[in-house]
Amino acid sequence: MTYMHIGKDFTPPDVEAKVTGAARYTEDFRRDGMVFARLLTSPLPSGRVVSIDASEALAMEGVLGIFTADDLPPSLPPANPALAKDFITYIGQPILAVAAESDLIAENAIEKIKIVFERRPFVTDPLDTLLEGGPDPYPSGNTLVRNASAGAAAAGTTASGTDVGRIKWSLDQVTAFRNGREPVGATFGDEWTYGDVAAEFAQCKTIVEEPFVTIGYPHHSLEPRSGMAYWENGKCYFHGSLQSHTVGHAQLSAMLEIDPANLVFINENTGGGFGSKIFPYPIMAVTGKFSRQLNRPLQMRITREEEFYIGSARSGMQGWLKVGLKDDGKVGAVDVIIVNDAGSGGGGSASSSAEHISIMYQPAAMRFRGVALYTNTTPRGAQRGPGQNEMASVLAPIMDKAAREGGFDRLAVRRANAPRPDAKFGPRQGGLSSSYMPEAIEKAAAMFRWDERVAQPKVTAGNKVRGIGLGMGYHSAGASGYDGLLRIGTDGKIYLHTGVGNLGTYSYAGVLRASAEALQCSWENCVVVYGNSDLNLPHSTYQGGSNTIFTETRSSHVAALDAIRKLKEIAAAELGGAADDYSVGGERVFLTSDQAKGLTFAEAAQKAIDLGGEYSGQVYPEDINATTKRSVEAMKGTGLIGVAKDTLPKEGTAPGFAIAFVEIEMDLDTGKYDITDYTAVAECGTVVHPQGLSQAMNGGGVWGIGMAGYERHVYDSQNGLPANVGFYQAKLPTYLDVPAKMLTAGMDMPDPQSPVGARGIGEPAQGCGAAALMSAISDALDGHLFNRTPVTPDMIVNHVAQNGFNTGDLKTNTF
Amino acid sequence: MASAASNPAGGVERLVSINVNGRVRRVDVLPQETLAHTLRYKLGLTGAKVACNRGECGACTVLIDDVNYYACSTLTHNVKDRAVTTVEGLRAEDGTLHPVQAAFIQELSPACGFCTSGQVMSAVALLKANPRPTRQEAREAMSGNLCRCGAYDHYLNGVMRASGQLS
Repeated sequence: MTYMHIGKDFTPPDVEAKVTGAARYTEDFRRDGMVFARLLTSPLPSGRVVSIDASEALAMEGVLGIFTADDLPPSLPPANPALAKDFITYIGQPILAVAAESDLIAENAIEKIKIVFERRPFVTDPLDTLLEGGPDPYPSGNTLVRNASAGAAAAGTTASGTDVGRIKWSLDQVTAFRNGREPVGATFGDEWTYGDVAAEFAQCKTIVEEPFVTIGYPHHSLEPRSGMAYWENGKCYFHGSLQSHTVGHAQLSAMLEIDPANLVFINENTGGGFGSKIFPYPIMAVTGKFSRQLNRPLQMRITREEEFYIGSARSGMQGWLKVGLKDDGKVGAVDVIIVNDAGSGGGGSASSSAEHISIMYQPAAMRFRGVALYTNTTPRGAQRGPGQNEMASVLAPIMDKAAREGGFDRLAVRRANAPRPDAKFGPRQGGLSSSYMPEAIEKAAAMFRWDERVAQPKVTAGNKVRGIGLGMGYHSAGASGYDGLLRIGTDGKIYLHTGVGNLGTYSYAGVLRASAEALQCSWENCVVVYGNSDLNLPHSTYQGGSNTIFTETRSSHVAALDAIRKLKEIAAAELGGAADDYSVGGERVFLTSDQAKGLTFAEAAQKAIDLGGEYSGQVYPEDINATTKRSVEAMKGTGLIGVAKDTLPKEGTAPGFAIAFVEIEMDLDTGKYDITDYTAVAECGTVVHPQGLSQAMNGGGVWGIGMAGYERHVYDSQNGLPANVGFYQAKLPTYLDVPAKMLTAGMDMPDPQSPVGARGIGEPAQGCGAAALMSAISDALDGHLFNRTPVTPDMIVNHVAQNGFNTGDLKTNTF
Repeated sequence: MASAASNPAGGVERLVSINVNGRVRRVDVLPQETLAHTLRYKLGLTGAKVACNRGECGACTVLIDDVNYYACSTLTHNVKDRAVTTVEGLRAEDGTLHPVQAAFIQELSPACGFCTSGQVMSAVALLKANPRPTRQEAREAMSGNLCRCGAYDHYLNGVMRASGQLS
C-alpha cells in the first residue's frame, strides 16, 4: 500500500532542540526560591533505622528541613518504599532527604546526621537464600507471593496485593541445581505446562541438557531520575523524567495524595528509561511532598551512584534447560527451570523467559518451573525485554549445540521452528495477530550471506579465529483501548495531542502520522502537542514493551476517523448532500464528485465551534478515559475535536520479532573480539518511520552487545557491597565496543490488526543482538558453551588456556 | 553574598571573568567549582548535561580553545584565560546551525538526546582538527562520549555527513 506519511522519514519536532542544547530535561529547570534536596542512603545491605538525630544538620545555616519515611504513608514489604525505615534491604537505599538553599549545603548537612542502625542478616546470591537454613533478605522470607487481601499499594510505593513468603530447597536440591542438574522434588513459585512433555521427549533423537546463568545489570539511564516540584493554588507542578506520560498521571497523583486534576506533569524530554521509568517511581513522592511541606519549589537531584541504587536493574537468572530435537529438526519438547534474582524488590521475569522459548521454537510440549527470590541487592524491574532477552542470549548457543548434535545447520533449526501466522505459545497457547518471521529469517540470512560464510575457514590469521552466529528476539508489541485526540483549529492547523512519552524513540510523533495519513493532510500543517499535561493530552498507552507503535497508531487513527466523520457532516450540512458524498484531503473537506465545492479545515473548524455539541467537544464519548475527558473539557469550543477510544478489533498477541546475524574475529591470546559484521532484520509489520526503526534496531543491537559481552552486577558477597556503581565499571558499550557500521532492515509487511499495519520492535532488537553475539562467541570456540552472560575476555582466555573455568557452577551477583 | 569577591590570604579570587561563546561573563566561582556547575547553574547554559559528574560519559563536553573537555572534570578557575564554547554557541550569527548540528538532524543522530550536546561538541572538535576523518578515526575520536541509547551508528553517520563524506 502506498502511504502519504507512513514509511517516510520525517524530522520529529524535538530533534533540533536536542542538537542545539535547547531541549530541557528535569535538572535544567529553575524556579524562583527553589531549594535543593539530597538523599542520605543506607550503608547497610539489611537492617532497620533505630533512631535519627538531625539536630546538628537542622541547625546549619541554609538547611530547611529533613524528610523521612515518617512523612510518607506506611509501606510494608515487598513494596519498594521511597524512604526506608523498618526494612532496609540494600546498600544505597534512600533513608531520608535533606533540603537546603544549595546543593552543597544539603550535602554537608547529610554528613552531620547521626543514625543508629540495627543490622540484619543479608544475602546476595539467590541460591544462598534458597538453601534450607540460609539467610533471608527480608525478616519474613525470600520470595514474593500474591496476596489478594494485602490491599492497595500505599502511596509512594509501587506494589500492591503482594507479600513476602518463603521458599527453601534441600541441600541436595540446591547442590544438584548448582551443578547443572534438575533439582528433583523442589518447590517452585510459578509453573506451567502444555502438551505431553515426556511423550514428546521420547520422540526426540537429540536431547541437550544445560545449566545457564544471566547476571542482572543496571539500566543506567543517562539522565538520572531527578525531579522538580512546586505548588501553586493547590496544584502541583511536577517536572519529571518518565518514559510514558499520561498513563502515569493517576498513579503520580495518588502518590502525592491529590486529585489528578491538580497535577500538572511536565516532561517534554526523557534522558533514557529502558523500562525503568515506565511508571512513576517511589522517589517522586518525596520530591512532591517535600516541596509541599516546605512550601518551596524543590529539586531532588539524583547522582549517578544513586541512580545505580534506585534506578532499577534487570533480574538475573540461574536455570536448567532440557530441549529435544526430532528427526526433522523441529523442537519436540522443552523443560526449563528458572531461579530469578529479584533483587530487593521486583517479581522476576522467569515466565516471560520461558515464553520466549515457546514462541521462538514452537515446541510441541513444554514445562516451565520457576521461583523469584529476593536478595539484598538493588531493586529489579522491567528492563528492555525483561525475561525474553536474557533467555535469548543463553538459549542461542544451547540451540546451536542441539543443532550440531542433531546434524543440522544452525540456521535450518531456526527455519524449521520459526513462528508462523498460526503459531501458538505459552501456557494459554494463545495466537498471534500475524507473523512474518519465516520471511524475516530468509531476508536476514540472505543479507548476511549465511551459506557463504558458514563455509569459510575458521582461522583467519595466527591466533585469530572467526565465529558466526545468529539470534532471535521477541516481545509482545501491542495493546488496545487507549484514546486518541486531535483538534482542527480555526487557523487550519491540525493539533495532534498525544499522551505518549518522549523516551527517545520518536514514537510519540511517529504514531501521530497515522492521523495525518487518515486525514490526508500535510505534516507541515500538523502540530504535535505533547509533554505537558496542561496542554490537554489524551489517555495514552505506557511506553514500554515495544507496544507504542501498534497501540497508538490505532488510537491516533480512530481520533482521525472521528474528525473525518465530523468534517463530512459539517460539510453536508453547509453545502448539501449526504456526509458520505464528501472526502477529506489537502486540509479540505470537499464534494467527491466536484472537488471545487468544499470547506477548508479552518472554515470547518469555525463551523464546528458554531455548531457546538460533539463537533467542538462540548459533548464527548462516554467510554473515553477520565484524563481524556478533562482534556476535551478544557479544549471545548476551540475548534473541531476528534476524540475516540480505540475499540478496533484485536485478537491474539501482536508480536515484535527480530533476527540478527553476527560475525566476529576473536583473538585467542587476549579473549577480545571485533564484531566484523552485524546484520539484523525487524519483523514489526509496516515500517512507520525508517530512520526511527534504524535507531531502534541499532540501539537494541548495542544493548545486546552489552548484555552478551560486558554488563553485569558485581556484589561482594561478604559485605553486600556493589562494586561497579559507575558507568566505567558497569561497562556500558562504547563506540569502540560495537561495529563501525551496523546493517539493519525491516520486513515492512502489514499486520492486519493495525490500521497502518505497524507493530513495535524496541525489545527484540536487543534480544536478537545478544543472542547472535553469544552464538558467534560459541562458534568461534568450536561450539564451547559458557552457559552465561556476559562472556568476558578473561573467561575466553581461561577456556582457551584450559584453566578449568567452571561454567557449570551457577553464580550471580558475586565477584 | 557580600564576601563573594573577597580574596582572603591564600585563597583565590572568586569573582572571575570567563569567555563563554565569545562573551566575557563575570561570575562568582567557588574554588572547587567545576565548569559544568558554573555553566549550568550560574550562567544558565544547560546544554551541557551532568550524567556522571566524574569524567566517564562525556555528556558535559565543551570546547576549551577548540579542544573537547569534560566540563564536569574541569575547574572553572582553570579556564579564566581561555575560550569556552558550549553547544549553545555553535550557531552562526544569522542563526544557521553548525554543519554538525545540521548533519545530526539529517541522520536522526540523537535518540533520547541527553548525550547529544556532548556528542555534538566532540564531533565539532574532531572536525576542527581533522576535517575529513575516516569512520574509524571518528569512532576513536568520539569514544569518550557514551550513548546509552546506542545511537553510535547514527552519530557516526552524522560526523561523516558533516565532513562532506556522506551524501
